[in-house]
Amino acid sequence: MFEAVAFYLFGALTIAMFLIVVSTKNILYSMSALAAGMIFISAFFFLLDAEFLGVVQIVVYTGAVMALYAFGMMFFDSTRDVKENIENPRAVFVLSGMIALLLVLMLGAPIVGANIEASQPTPENMGNAQAVGVVLFTKYLIPFEVAALMLLVAMIAGIILAGKKMDHSLTLMNEEDSNICDREYKKNKKEEQS
Amino acid sequence: MITLNHYLILSAILFVIGSVGVMRRKNLLMLFFSTEILLNAVNIGFVAIGKFYGDMTGQMFAFFIIAVAASEVAVALGLLILWYKRTGSLSLDTLKSMNG
Repeated sequence: MFEAVAFYLFGALTIAMFLIVVSTKNILYSMSALAAGMIFISAFFFLLDAEFLGVVQIVVYTGAVMALYAFGMMFFDSTRDVKENIENPRAVFVLSGMIALLLVLMLGAPIVGANIEASQPTPENMGNAQAVGVVLFTKYLIPFEVAALMLLVAMIAGIILAGKKMDHSLTLMNEEDSNICDREYKKNKKEEQS
Repeated sequence: MITLNHYLILSAILFVIGSVGVMRRKNLLMLFFSTEILLNAVNIGFVAIGKFYGDMTGQMFAFFIIAVAASEVAVALGLLILWYKRTGSLSLDTLKSMNG
């Protein structure tokens, strides 16, 4: 009973929040609705006895990802409404909705008929966090290390992309501008040496 | 009683919402928000199947998806800031520099 009430409540809340995300014109509204939706989704993880994942969902998504977006907002003009020139809004809405439905059906149909069997049974006599740790550090050790490496690469990429050196693009500018850039670079280098 | 099908239907609904967002919006930031919705919808499906089949793999997969999403956001936000500095807008219509 309790499970059903919680499921329908959080299901309705999540769907409402995500509908706001895809339909609103204000970036700030969209971002706050997304953060709320993420927190509501963690409720499903708690309902499904995946407490560790629920906590990770709150910490990583609402703590890290949404905070990163909020910092990104400092660079964008977030008070202005998003202008999107869609020529025929109703046709776009109907077509994209139908395409999305078809996509889900196509991707979901093979799984409905498939015979799923547990390949990694849940360890007995353990809490969820302990079981996650045991499985993560035995069967999934190498993917775990690769994920760590991937996060490092993403961190370096983020730092370099947001840095000042990337302000000039060599591929998008014309020749005179790139010559000016080159001269400035040499001048700066000379000043550094002297 | 909530069964596996309830969770899978919810996951499918959220996936539909996310893919409608990906196809309909023309702002790059909104596209990334919709991608987050897609990843979260799939996560619910994985964890639900893992629970009802007594399998830990579902939770592990959801865990790695969260890691991928976090690193995706770090790189994507760097690229978006770069693009906004250059063109002053995040509209998809400005992404037309390759004129054949």
